[in-house]
Order: sequence, then C-alpha cells, then structure tokens
Amino acid sequence: MAPLNYYLVLSAIIFAIGVAGVVIRRNFIVILLSIELMLNAVNLTFIAFARYLGSMEGQVIVFFVMTVAAAEAVVGLAIIISIFRHRRSLDPREMQLLKW
Amino acid sequence: MSGDMILFFILASLSVIFSLLVIFPRNVVHSAMALAATLFFVAVLFLTLDAPMLAILQVLVYAGAIMILFLFVIMLLNPAALEGRRIAWWTLGSLAAVALLLELVSLFFYRPSPSGQPPVAAAFGGPETLAQSLFTDFALPFEIASVLLLVAIIGAVALAKREG
Amino acid sequence: MIIDLGIIAAKVFLVLFMVLNLAGLLGWIERKGSALIQDRIGANRASVLGFAGLGLVNTLLADPIKFLTKEDFIPPQGDRLLHTLAPCLALFPALVTFAVIPFGDVLVVGERQINLQVANLNIGILYIFGMASLSVYGIVVGAWASNNKFSLLGGVRGAAQMISYEIAMGLSVIGVIMAYGTLELQQIARAQGELFWGWLPAWGFFLQPVAFLLFFTAAVAETKRTPFDLPEGESELVAGYHVEYSGGKFLMFFVGEFAEIVTAAGLITTLFFGGWQLPYLMRDGFHFPWGGALLLPHLAVVVLQVGAFTIKVLFFCWLQILLRWSLPRFRYDQLMRLGWKMMLPVALVNVVVTAVWIVLRQQLSVKP
Repeated sequence: MAPLNYYLVLSAIIFAIGVAGVVIRRNFIVILLSIELMLNAVNLTFIAFARYLGSMEGQVIVFFVMTVAAAEAVVGLAIIISIFRHRRSLDPREMQLLKW
Repeated sequence: MSGDMILFFILASLSVIFSLLVIFPRNVVHSAMALAATLFFVAVLFLTLDAPMLAILQVLVYAGAIMILFLFVIMLLNPAALEGRRIAWWTLGSLAAVALLLELVSLFFYRPSPSGQPPVAAAFGGPETLAQSLFTDFALPFEIASVLLLVAIIGAVALAKREG
Repeated sequence: MIIDLGIIAAKVFLVLFMVLNLAGLLGWIERKGSALIQDRIGANRASVLGFAGLGLVNTLLADPIKFLTKEDFIPPQGDRLLHTLAPCLALFPALVTFAVIPFGDVLVVGERQINLQVANLNIGILYIFGMASLSVYGIVVGAWASNNKFSLLGGVRGAAQMISYEIAMGLSVIGVIMAYGTLELQQIARAQGELFWGWLPAWGFFLQPVAFLLFFTAAVAETKRTPFDLPEGESELVAGYHVEYSGGKFLMFFVGEFAEIVTAAGLITTLFFGGWQLPYLMRDGFHFPWGGALLLPHLAVVVLQVGAFTIKVLFFCWLQILLRWSLPRFRYDQLMRLGWKMMLPVALVNVVVTAVWIVLRQQLSVKP
C-alpha cells in the first residue's frame, strides 16, 4: 500500500498543473478544464484522507464537490456560449468591457 | 516493491502525463480528451483507496456527462483561431505553479501523517455506506445540493437562451 | 491460483467470443430480416465454390474481407490521432459492458463453485451506466476528427441524444433497483426465480412494466438505430458521424453497433425477463406449481439456464432489428420532446410510485 504522502504529493502535482493551466492559457474552455483538474486533485486528497482515517466523511465531501463541479461546468459553459455569441472569440483578454 | 506500489506509480505517472496534456495542446479537443483520460485514471486511483462508488460516479458524472458537455460546446462553437504562445508568459506561469507545488509538498511533510491504512469494513466506500452518511448526517447539504443543481439548470437556460 | 486465473480467462474468452460472433451473425439476421420485411431476396450474391448459404457467406466471409482490404481513408484536414482513436472508443464500451451480465447461475465442478458471470461487482448496474456513458466519445470524437460538416452535425446530435436518453434510462432502472434492493446483477437475476401467488415468475417485467417500456426505448435510442438514428440519418446527413470512415475503422463502428444491440438485449433480459431463469426451474430440476417435479442432473440445469439466457437475448436482438425496419425516423424536436417531456416525467413518477408501494408493503407486510 502506498503511504498517504504519495497520494498527497500526486494530488499537489495535479493541482499545480491545473493552476498553471489557468495562469498560462488564454482560452476560456481550457481555463475551465484546468479548474476541473484542480477540483479533481482536491477530490483525490479527500478520498486519500478518508481511507487513511477510516472515515466516510471525506467521501461524502467528494460527492458534494462533484455536484458543485457539475453545476459550475454547466453555468461556466453557458457563460462561454453567450460571450462567444457577442465577441466571436474565446480569449479572456478581449473581455475588457463591462458592458457591450 | 509490492504490486500495489507498482500499480500506484503507473497510475500516478499516467494521470500526471495526461494532466500535462490538458494544458499543453493548442487544440481544445485534445485538451478535453486528455482531461477525460486523467479523470479515468484518477477514478482507478479511487478504486485503490476503497472508494468504488465514487470511482464509478467519477466516470459516470465527470467523464460521461461533464466532459461530453464540454465537447458538445466545443463542437457547437467550433473555435477556429488558435491562441498564440509567448515564451516569457509560459515560463512565468510555470515557475509560479512550481513554487505552489513546492509549498504544498513542504506543507504535507511538515507534520507526520498516518503511516498505514486502518482496517475498514468490506462495505467501506460502497453505495450503502455512502447513502447512510448522505441521508443521515448530511441530509441538509444533500437537499441544498439538489437546489444548487436546479439553480444551475435555470441559470444555464437563462444565459444560453437567445434574446428576443 | 493458476486454476482460478484460468477460469476467469475462460469466462472472458467465452463472453467475448459469444458477443463478437453474435454481433457478426446479427449482420446476417439484419439483412435477411430487412429483406423479409421489404418482400425481396436478401444478400445472396457472394459464394464460395458455388455455395451461397442463404447469404451467410456474404456476411461472415465476404463482408469482413471486403472491409479490411479497402482503403483506410483519413481526411487530409482531419485529426489523424483522434480519427484513429474514435472507432476504438466506440467499440470498447460495447464489449466491456457484458462483463457484469450473468449468463447462468453457479456451476459446481468438484469442490469449485464457478459463478457464471465474468465479474461480480457489488455496483454492477452503475458500472454498466458508467461504461454506457463512455460510448458517446466514439461518436463525438469521430465526428469532430473527420473535419466534415455532416459528421459534425451528426456528432452534435448524437451527443445531445445520448445524454438525454441516458437520464431516462438511469431513472427507469432505479425502479428495478428499488424493487429488488440490490445493485448486483447476479442477485437481481436470482431474485427473479421466485414466484408470485405460486405460479407467476417474479420477473422484472411483471414488477416494473413501465420501467421496461422506458428502458427498452432508451436502450434503442442509445444504440442509435432507427427510429433514433438521427446521428446517422442517411437521408439528411449522408451517414452522419461516420461519413469519413472506411475500411477497418468503419467495420469497428459497425461491429460496435451490433455489440451494443447484444448488450442491450442482455441487459433487458437480466433486468426484466429473469436473466438465466427458466420458469419453475430450481437448482435440482423443475418444480411445477401444479405439483409435479422433474429432477435433473446439475449439468443439465446449468445448460438449460445458459440456453434460456441465450434464447432470450436472441429474441430481444431480433425484436430490435424488427423495430429498425418497421418504424420511420423521428424528427429532431420530436426526439427531444419524447426524451425530456415524456420519458423523464414518467420515469420520475415510476420511481415515486415504486417507493410508495415498497413502504406500503412493509407497513402491511404483504408478500409481493
């Protein structure tokens, strides 16, 4: 059995990759995908802790994280669609105006 | 090295490789497919941590529904323009991410963590035990989550609907 | 240890062998069936040494050879990697789903008890839905990688259709899960061996008729065949998501579709028609409700069970082919309306009614 730290380091790596994606990329969809990556890394941490503490609570939290992630993806994609209709672009740098 | 460790390292390296493939390609569909693969490998990691129910939910909800939604939107918008790359920006961003990684890892090793897995019942992580917690201790958050989903549906419809 | 592994390997081989061969055979049944319905003579042109064998030579020998020797065309502006990956993604879920479907009860050889099911997961049904939800990838990725407007339209249609009908499918099965109180398919199949009022087998169809209709409709929609073949829609989209596929890759889509039919038939059989159960057949032979008994040796019982399962599966495969050649295609808005405004509410009502019925049964402690 791999020790707890291994799982934590793995999830830290995936989380950092997600952060890098949000910082570096200039495409709304890839930014959303990177956020999903970060959420998933957190899920892995929760489940690892749940197993190593022998408690179901970590897994229940993951269940809720998945729900929130689904809601977030749906609303995020809807926003992206409506932005794309107005601006014909997925580049966040072009969204400088508060109203158009 | 035991079989479990070998399995862990294979899965860990695969999920890291595919999560890197999420942020590198210029093509959005490639990113989405790489994320789907990452989610799949992380689901298998869930299995090694005695969470079969959540592993299946991960495949069903994330890979099966959310990622399909992403692909659907990508195909609907079909964005032609690929973004340009600036080396300086990429280096800066990667350095920030590496700094964050070092901080997180040092934080993990700051305190000693439990060394072994405590023995758990065979039903641990199965549908019954998860439902037991969800419908007793977490009944209120569960209801709130359903309201959240409803709000998200209405919000998405309102946002994506054409005006007029 | 070695023997256990050998048994598992044998089961895996047997199931894959049966599903793939049945998928190939269904190609023949479909051609002959369509010919029968349209009052013409089916495929009978190819022959080996003058033997045409009812067109069997056509579908079992000539077709695969023809597919495999044709040019494997990749659209120049398309995505080479994803174009190659898509057929694999389409075939994979259809093949692995059968792993949790039981095709018989326990086979006892000496001291060994062999469960006639490849993998007995305690989350069996959820595994099936997980794999079924992955089957959308094949269409979407293939459609996108072809860089063709027709296939893109087909892919968008396919993604929306399959996600919509998955919801109705999942909700309809919840009624069955509630009625039997387990997610394990082997246990569901076993529970269907009981009798109501001493004579009616406790099959899912009698317990959950509404769920059966919903599940069957959704399963046909998931296989993307007429009346739900909008992702392909020859008359509107040429061939939809696989316009740009030829040769071996098209063969994989083709076999995948038939494997999905077999899997759908296996699921319908297991959930609603008793799986491997033959009415009144117990572990030691027939026990008829009118008093008689016909004792059989263990091996004969197992053979009868596997035979019953196979015949039921074949029946539902044939029913799906019959449906395909009898019904016209939906319009897209009709398809969405059927999925969201009719099947989804009915499935939800079915879940509520089942819950009320279970509570009442517990309160009144009535048997069925």
